[in-house]
Amino acid sequence: MLYARLILSRLAKAVVVLFLIVIFNFFLIQMAPGDPAAILAGEAGATDEEFLRQLRERFGLDQPLHVQLWRYVSGIAMLDFGWSYRQQMPVLDLILARLPATLLLTGTAFVLSLALGIVAGSLAAARVKKPSGSLIMALALVFYATPLFWVALMAVVLFSVYLDWLPAYGMVTVGAGHTGLAMVLDVGKHLILPATTLALFFMAIYTRMTRASMLEASQQDYVKTARAKGLSPGVIQRRHILRNALLPIITLAGLQAGQMVGGAILTETVFAWPGIGRLMYEALMQRDYNLLLGIFFFSAALVIVFNIITDLVYRLADPRIKEGS
Amino acid sequence: MSFFARFAQNRGALIGLIILVAIILMALLAPVLYPESPWRMVQRPFLAPMEVEGFWLGTDTMGRNVAAGLMHGAWVSLLIGLVSTVVALAIGVPLGAVAGYYGGLIDDALMRFTEFFQTIPNFALAIVLVAIMQPSVTSIVLAIALVSWPPVARLVRAEFMSLRHREYVEAARLVGQTNRTIILRQILPNTLSPIIVLASLMVATAILLESALSFLGLGDPNVMSWGYMIGAARTVIRQAWWLSFFPGLAILLTVLALNLVGEGLDDALNPKLARERS
Amino acid sequence: MTATDTTSPGPVLSLRNLTIALPAGADRDHAVEDVSYDVARGEILCVVGESGSGKSMAANAIMGLLPKGVRPVGGRALFDGQDLLSLTEKQHRQLRGLRIGMIFQEPMTALNPLMRVGAQIAEVFEAHGRLNARERQEQALALLTEVGIPQPEKAIRAYPFQLSGGQRQRVMIAMALALEPELLIADEPTTALDVTTQAQILELIRDLQARRDMSVMFITHDFGVVAEVANRVCVMRHGRIVELGDAETVLKHPRHAYTRALIEAIPSDVIPEARGAETDTALLEVTGLNKVFRSRGGLFKPAREVHALRDVSFSLVKGETIGIVGESGSGKSTLGRCIVRLERPDSGHLSLSGTDFMHLTGEALRRERHRVQMIFQDPYASLNPRTRVGMAIAQGPIANGVARGKALARADELLELVGLGGTADRFPHEFSGGQRQRIGIARALALNPELIVADEAVSALDVSIQAQILELLEELKQKLSLSLLFITHDLRVAAQICDRIIVMQHGRIVEQGPARDVFLAPREAYTRELLDAIPGREHELADA
Repeated sequence: MLYARLILSRLAKAVVVLFLIVIFNFFLIQMAPGDPAAILAGEAGATDEEFLRQLRERFGLDQPLHVQLWRYVSGIAMLDFGWSYRQQMPVLDLILARLPATLLLTGTAFVLSLALGIVAGSLAAARVKKPSGSLIMALALVFYATPLFWVALMAVVLFSVYLDWLPAYGMVTVGAGHTGLAMVLDVGKHLILPATTLALFFMAIYTRMTRASMLEASQQDYVKTARAKGLSPGVIQRRHILRNALLPIITLAGLQAGQMVGGAILTETVFAWPGIGRLMYEALMQRDYNLLLGIFFFSAALVIVFNIITDLVYRLADPRIKEGS
Repeated sequence: MSFFARFAQNRGALIGLIILVAIILMALLAPVLYPESPWRMVQRPFLAPMEVEGFWLGTDTMGRNVAAGLMHGAWVSLLIGLVSTVVALAIGVPLGAVAGYYGGLIDDALMRFTEFFQTIPNFALAIVLVAIMQPSVTSIVLAIALVSWPPVARLVRAEFMSLRHREYVEAARLVGQTNRTIILRQILPNTLSPIIVLASLMVATAILLESALSFLGLGDPNVMSWGYMIGAARTVIRQAWWLSFFPGLAILLTVLALNLVGEGLDDALNPKLARERS
Repeated sequence: MTATDTTSPGPVLSLRNLTIALPAGADRDHAVEDVSYDVARGEILCVVGESGSGKSMAANAIMGLLPKGVRPVGGRALFDGQDLLSLTEKQHRQLRGLRIGMIFQEPMTALNPLMRVGAQIAEVFEAHGRLNARERQEQALALLTEVGIPQPEKAIRAYPFQLSGGQRQRVMIAMALALEPELLIADEPTTALDVTTQAQILELIRDLQARRDMSVMFITHDFGVVAEVANRVCVMRHGRIVELGDAETVLKHPRHAYTRALIEAIPSDVIPEARGAETDTALLEVTGLNKVFRSRGGLFKPAREVHALRDVSFSLVKGETIGIVGESGSGKSTLGRCIVRLERPDSGHLSLSGTDFMHLTGEALRRERHRVQMIFQDPYASLNPRTRVGMAIAQGPIANGVARGKALARADELLELVGLGGTADRFPHEFSGGQRQRIGIARALALNPELIVADEAVSALDVSIQAQILELLEELKQKLSLSLLFITHDLRVAAQICDRIIVMQHGRIVEQGPARDVFLAPREAYTRELLDAIPGREHELADA
């Protein structure tokens, strides 16, 4: 009951946010220098005047602004994201075809970064002021400061070009025609480099946060109580300190979702991973604004879904939230 | 203990400061050492580092001097990082201050607005903004500022919320100070240290964002930047990895230095006031 | 179980010349220095001292729970023949919880917020490898019943946030006693509690101690509490023992001047004769005041309401001091905040010398604010850390149009008046808590207000400082014929300074009348309950 209510209220909020993004998109197109029809068609320069006239009519660009807005919004409400003139396909189909690859990449990177980050952060917290703890934090800081696309390129140089261990591009071996388990392994092999490079930055964030959060939690009175009971340090670390320290990390993980999507754009571009990030780069190169804005909308929707999930997880983890019931 | 003594106690911060000063010098000396445009073709392409004297980092695919590009790029990175942070502060601080001080409906409205911006994936938003406004230093600065102010607003709001019920602020209300005076004289000065620390980290993040934008080809076509250099050399990475390596290292060092300095500022500015009570 | 051996009357714990070093850079070298005392079997030893006396440090050393950087450098702590200071961490761990139990001051934070109460008690058995999972739960239930938690079957499944402060402290006691330790260390266990809850917890500890014939080391700052529970007393100051002896003797015939000062600092039951008010024109008139706090509900979340004030009426005559007393949640602070208009009452009347003070808003309110000023509770939060104290005092007059130079000169005079002459250009952190409270008083006086509201103005201070501040207020009252509304949870403090007393509970006024009448002949049951709960009341402290 409580969850149903929560999800409902979150969905209501999500609809509002998405609606605002649609309006924002609409005005972006209006703001762009040049003829909106040309922009929607993906033509930056001079185009056939007759073609543009047809476009204007088709999109209703000759109508007053509020009518255009209404048409645009109601179109998207019916899941009509328009037409990509460059790719000669509906924007929605293009995005849906690429979505699974992005979900696979970001999902893997998310789990990887969270797991490694929490482990590394706990270790660093337990070894505070010792060389090993400082080393973990120094590494985390370096990863945090490294441009994602650059690590990706350097990983290609090292692991594909020089060592020739892992494939550098794509999601499957072209022409291999693997099926079943062989395909899964093939995709897995292609996934290693992009997922790891995408995870590094977030791992650094979670490591720093876990350590800070655990050091903070270890100062709390209840830890002194636990010690006064005669509990062993290991039990205190796990049951009392880590459990409490994880709460702010769940919140942070939710906030990082948007960053993850941004990171995916760069990673997919470098590794030619066929997801919506790569699609966004292609749209950018081809000045395919309709597609660009469609992807922008979808990436925001992804973030919202992810936020709702972390919210639910938080509620499971913290009994105090249920107080209202 | 003086402010600098506390700062220097953090050895990392000192190292960061040294790196940062070196990069600032690089930016300042660029027009002196390489007065010519870094876009000019000056030698044959694909010179490896140290191959020809005077080209200690070699030349790129078009025969441009990589060292010159690096030094001119430092200027652009620092400039964009700094200016976009200032713009983000100019949006975030007043918003956060008003929301946190007045609370209630004003706070609700402003925070919904902030949350909206936080939900939008910020790199994607920056891409869309720059792509549609057309790449230029101005559009890049604006796009970065627009995606980076929400954390400022949230921080300032949280600080104001915790301070507005602090007894000295209530005392100021009771003696009849105006809201303006209370915000500017009583509360804001006490929120400066976390804002300064956050700002130093924001410059670092802004530099990363700028480099990622130019890497994707969304840099200002008139200025040389590190991200552009990496992006341009991407296709030849198998033949000439160093073309991507050095600009990336420059970004890494700059961002690292700013983070180290931020941590040092945090150590130097924050602990005393908080611990005084015990 | 190591049953108490009645044939060996040797002490459970003896400290011998214990010295504990503080880290470099602290305000003194040693937290405690050359401290020796015993805790005999079956007795309650109270270790008393003000903040910074080092009274808790020995206890932490005994438990092996000293903060980082603090370490014992000399002496021994003998427990059952073993020197606790020479134990390894592992050996220490085996004693903690099993043979020595400990409870702490802050029940709100001492329990893990994410674990059920039952699981937290069961952990004690688990830590020492006792019983199986089911038996642990049974024991937890038995313990909760023993410490008197209402509905123990429900409480065992509750999370800490669902319990009140007093109930949480009972859970702490249940955990500390789970394995029937020979020694219980209680570190200010009632300081954070309301007076009636405090009385219940004290009774519980006394009761359990007697039933289990356990030894208790009870650390407190409150001589009232000492009078309630102690068999023997150890008074500490600046890390050294000032006086050590039998509770009777120390309380009635303190030998050391410091002990005497501490005991005398406790306001006694001797109520000063009420001074007649100078006039009978009402300065402050409050009629039918109501205030409801609503937590704003969301789209799918119901709003919640707390009635902080219900139909509160009273009036204050010029030159009079009224004390408003009550426990936390009684609405006494809300009343004060409504009167100074930091909060806006929902309905009723509030007038000051005839002018309506309730419906003023915005700029009109700002202009009238100088007429009522406030002295705050927390001396560390009531001054802007970045403002010099002279300026802090002068800000009020400046905001009301007085020239800067004149206002600063006046601030100098006021600092002189509160005993801090010549300190105007210092920053707050250069002052002690008591001194800051004096600055707060000077600030309140700077605008020559008609009425001053003091909200728990001495509660955060050590008793000896408390006495000085109360003295200062008394002196200022005489000199400046102040009208004062004195809000406090401490009835003994109220008795000392107030002409009339208003007792509040759940947002209502329970009883009001002249201080003597309320204290000596309370009409209402709740007032009597409050008075009875004052620790040490029925014991004659020092021949005052």
